[in-house]
Amino acid sequence: MSRGSLAVSHLTVAYDRQAALRDIDGCFEAGSMTAVVGPNGAGKSTLIKTLVGILKPVRGRVVRQDFAARDVAYLPQAAEIDRSFPITVTDLVVLGAWRHTGAFGRVGRDVMARTADALRAVGLDGFGQRAIGSLSAGQFQRVLFARLLLQDAPVIILDEPFTAIDTRTTADLLALVRRWHGEERTIIAVLHDFDQVRAHFPRALLLAREQVAWGPTAEALSPANLLRARAMAERWDETPDHRAAA
Amino acid sequence: MTLDALLVAPFVDYGFMRRALVACLSLGIGSGPIGVLLMLRRMSLVGDAMSHAILPGAAVGFLVAGLSLPAMGIGGMVAGLAVALLSGLVSRGTVLKEDASFASFYLTSLALGVLIVSLRGSNIDLLHVLFGTILAIDGPSLYLIASITSATVVTLAVVYRPLVAECFDPGFLRSVDGRGSLYHALFLVLVVANLVAAFQALGTLMAVGLMMLPAAVARLWATTLPGMIGFATLVAALSGFIGLVVSFHVSLASGPTIVLTASLFYLVSIVFGRGGLARRILSRPRFVG
Repeated sequence: MSRGSLAVSHLTVAYDRQAALRDIDGCFEAGSMTAVVGPNGAGKSTLIKTLVGILKPVRGRVVRQDFAARDVAYLPQAAEIDRSFPITVTDLVVLGAWRHTGAFGRVGRDVMARTADALRAVGLDGFGQRAIGSLSAGQFQRVLFARLLLQDAPVIILDEPFTAIDTRTTADLLALVRRWHGEERTIIAVLHDFDQVRAHFPRALLLAREQVAWGPTAEALSPANLLRARAMAERWDETPDHRAAA
Repeated sequence: MTLDALLVAPFVDYGFMRRALVACLSLGIGSGPIGVLLMLRRMSLVGDAMSHAILPGAAVGFLVAGLSLPAMGIGGMVAGLAVALLSGLVSRGTVLKEDASFASFYLTSLALGVLIVSLRGSNIDLLHVLFGTILAIDGPSLYLIASITSATVVTLAVVYRPLVAECFDPGFLRSVDGRGSLYHALFLVLVVANLVAAFQALGTLMAVGLMMLPAAVARLWATTLPGMIGFATLVAALSGFIGLVVSFHVSLASGPTIVLTASLFYLVSIVFGRGGLARRILSRPRFVG
């Protein structure tokens, strides 16, 4: 899979004329696996939403190479989905096959088989008929990953996929992300756990409302760069959050 | 009094009771699913606002054709859609959230509607517009209500999947299908159409009665979406039937009695429903020993 590189050129995104991100410039190469990190309020989700097309940049642009907007599988932050909605696990996962079923097409036997496979892959075999409201946060995140599996997209963008998720689930889902990396899909993930990033993500983008560093993880997350990011965060925040850049 | 005289005779003996009953059953079939989807989108109050929004259009219809329900229906449809469209534009173009712009528009519409009706009509006419005339529903009005219900059911069956997907996870639908906002718009059209149908029976102030109360009741009992839709339809139909029977025998105003019957279902469900108070209190963990 050589398609799927995502270039951003001099990207600036603003809310109410207040720049949330300034002059981001670089490229998520096809098949690369990049962690987006930075202090709270650094613009990580803003960047993700701009890449996906939910937000429009005021300057600069995002260039997709050889793939359509629909070829991006996007996992929003957990809080953005209503977990009390009366829908079963299977129905949710089947949505991932939208490119095949469309809005009106039949859900065939192949889609149902792939759904069962995906549930097995995330360790939820036999959960198909459960209502999503009866799942734990970790199980629900597994369901969303099953939907990503069904989407079978060349580019996968994850916004805080492991926040408030138990360690066992995190390990299982991280293994899935690494499998996608092995399949040469392009992966972009917002993360908080620096050890996790260093252990599993070859590349990192360090943000603090602007681009502090972007490159191989060891270089991008050097102590000097982290210090710089924290100093920048303290400048925009009177009461700095000490965990933020740690 | 025999059961037959109590439950069946009013509808056998009087044509207006039969027409009212058919109108209620029809409203339930259309409004039940619409109400459930509105509630799940957290738009219950938007439905309420929309029902007031149809008033000025209905009032213009009244000015032109008197108490002709089809004329008022068409006017109401136009006004409701205009307000839905304008609120969407305002919330996108200004700092106001959608609920705030809906609230502003519906107050404006209500005032405007009452003013227009008062221009020509009497206080009785105003009462009819505000609270409906379910016992005065004639053939043409019944056809209009039934047509709206039929169109609603067919449309829902066709766009069920994208509608539910848009309701559950709009961000996801937008990322896989560019027509997300189209389905949302179609849904709003269905909401307005059903409110116009209910307006004939229950008036602008209670048109949402058979839409939101049964939906809330269904939410307290059913666990699946199809279950909720079926339950809401059943509750709406039962409320219509019981409400009509009670109002007939006790000589109460029919519209409010129907809505209050639905309210009664709601109160009982709050306490005894699957997601209700009794279950919550009884299943609360307690320290032992």
